[in-house]
Amino acid sequence: MAQTLFDKLWADHEVTVLEDSLSLLYIDRIFLHERTGSVALESLVAAGRPVLNPEKVFCSMDHIVDTHSGRTDETLVPSGKQFIQSTRKASQAAGIRLFDIDDPMQGIVHVISPELGIVQPGCTLICPDSHTCSQGALGALAWGVGSSEAEHALATNTLVVKKPKTMRVNLTGVLEPGVTAKDVILQLIAQYGAAGGTGYAIEFAGEVIDAMGIEARLTLCNMAVEFSAFTALIAPDHKTLDYIEGKPYAPQGDSWLQAKQHWDTLFSDHDARFDKELSLDCSQLAPVVSWGTSPQHSCAVTGTVPVMPEQSASSDQSSYQRAYQYMDLQPGQALTSLVIDAAFIGSCTNSRISDLREAAAILRGRKVAAGVKAICVPGSKAVKRVAEAEGLDQIFIAAGFEWREPGCSMCFFAGGENFGFQKRVISSTNRNFEGRQGPETRTHLASPVTVAASAIAGRIADPRDYLP
Amino acid sequence: MTPFITHTGVAAALLRTNIDTDAIIPSREMKLVSKQGLGEGLFAGWRYTQVGGREPNPDFILNQSAYQGTSILLAGKNFGCGSSREHAVWALAEYGIRAIIAPSFGAIFYGNCIRNGILPLSLPDEVIAAMAAQIQDPQQHQIRIDLAHRQVIGVDGTVYEFVIAKACQHMLLDGLDQIGLTLKRADSIAAFESDYQKRRHWLFELPTDVAG
Ligand code: SF4
Repeated sequence: MAQTLFDKLWADHEVTVLEDSLSLLYIDRIFLHERTGSVALESLVAAGRPVLNPEKVFCSMDHIVDTHSGRTDETLVPSGKQFIQSTRKASQAAGIRLFDIDDPMQGIVHVISPELGIVQPGCTLICPDSHTCSQGALGALAWGVGSSEAEHALATNTLVVKKPKTMRVNLTGVLEPGVTAKDVILQLIAQYGAAGGTGYAIEFAGEVIDAMGIEARLTLCNMAVEFSAFTALIAPDHKTLDYIEGKPYAPQGDSWLQAKQHWDTLFSDHDARFDKELSLDCSQLAPVVSWGTSPQHSCAVTGTVPVMPEQSASSDQSSYQRAYQYMDLQPGQALTSLVIDAAFIGSCTNSRISDLREAAAILRGRKVAAGVKAICVPGSKAVKRVAEAEGLDQIFIAAGFEWREPGCSMCFFAGGENFGFQKRVISSTNRNFEGRQGPETRTHLASPVTVAASAIAGRIADPRDYLP
Repeated sequence: MTPFITHTGVAAALLRTNIDTDAIIPSREMKLVSKQGLGEGLFAGWRYTQVGGREPNPDFILNQSAYQGTSILLAGKNFGCGSSREHAVWALAEYGIRAIIAPSFGAIFYGNCIRNGILPLSLPDEVIAAMAAQIQDPQQHQIRIDLAHRQVIGVDGTVYEFVIAKACQHMLLDGLDQIGLTLKRADSIAAFESDYQKRRHWLFELPTDVAG
């Protein structure tokens, strides 16, 4: 019978079918980080349960580590040091490969896992972190779980999972210069709502995907969770294989050839049926920016803050009202009229080398507007090294950006560093929730090029006006 | 885990869509490497007048005297979207929330609820709005939930049926520990693994000496 890519991956890992469309799935890779991983490891120890296969478990220090140069275990996050040190201790005790602060491979989990070849096409990977869906861009079944589920996987190599329905999102057309994967995913969420993917495993397909590099695909899949999808997937192609070949944890020699043979079968059969299909014509797409406090509150950078849709449910109306108030906006205001206080380039969504190259191309020879605090945080040490070898750091610094050490940094506020009360920030991150980047901080999500252009303009700006 | 069989309690309505786990428990409130000590941080951004402070914001529903002891939340769709942090559920549980009634939930949050004895219960938006409208004196007019029969009884006595996967229902009714249950299948997992390892051997050939 014709199968979707998702069906193939599911069947390959199904240990047994339980009741009610629940299955016990075999888990190939587990990634932890110091914010949620330490709780899982400690709780497992307390229950007297060992980590079954520590060699397939990895842990990153990314969420609360400081990102200033010369950093140590000290961090501005209150009690952050305790999280860092207990994660180190618990990882060592369990025999897990930890990418510690001073490790040359350290970085944000969803940046380093692909970069090191830990995630591979056809594998299952879980992490107690919602943006694990990013890694589906390589054709893996990767999804975010809670701490208790992570414990379950650590102790049993399996997870009990309810089989999601399947959805294919066909992305047609060609992206114009200055329009990126970030704009595509924001547009999809704006159009179908932040709950548009509830209950589905999504496969992204179409011309736009064929044309996209692996890093852009990671950006696209990253925000599947903002669409409330179980996860996202992209069938591996020659770009995927080229990307993985030679990575430290990638298969080698004969194993590479055998793996490749399997990976060549990982696509949705042409007559496979999806439970739902959506399609988005991307040829007319403009850069997209969020205006409110949910990623679904997004529109074209050339647009205006929308008027509340009539006839929406009262709960939707109250979320619109609250968003106007929190963001200090009026319906009808042009987005490009909004003056910004800060600009941030970083996070697992947009901190890879291609992101930094594109942003640097806009910043080259230009200056950040007076009064704008601008920060760039590369996603990993490897990204940072390449960027520095290419001189990108000098472009960022000359423009007036801070150039930081890798980590999640100000993608989220944990009580430490933040952009400040009611500050307006244009950010390449993935969440514009209330308080996400700081108390009453007003976050506008955008692509790295839009962030770079806005940093120069001192207000939200259309990157197409700044393309080299 | 505390079993969930039937529950009758004060219900508070937070009828807003997309209430995310950052709102349920801001990251700054996750102060210890622990599943405890989180109840105070529940909805901290809305509940207190100041960031990090503890002075109750009188406008927030859970701070109003009629809503003391709230154990059921009525909410808009996509409740618990966003971050996977299980702390959101630990905070709700520690505060005393036993059930959340919303049109839909964030997937990870939903699973976290089931594993921690909180019932995530789906009903249509209109039904929830109607239920909320009927609550005049929340202390007198409580909502009753019967998980075994999959019914919610509104304050006017109307019975609403709801759907929940059998396995989730059992986990909650019996207060089961999922890891313990799965470990009983260790033999079939091992059998699967030995076959799987032959098919996908490269996934098991992990170098242990990778250094930068
Ligand atoms: S960069 Fe932000 S979204 Fe990504 S893992 Fe870190 S905190 Fe989460």
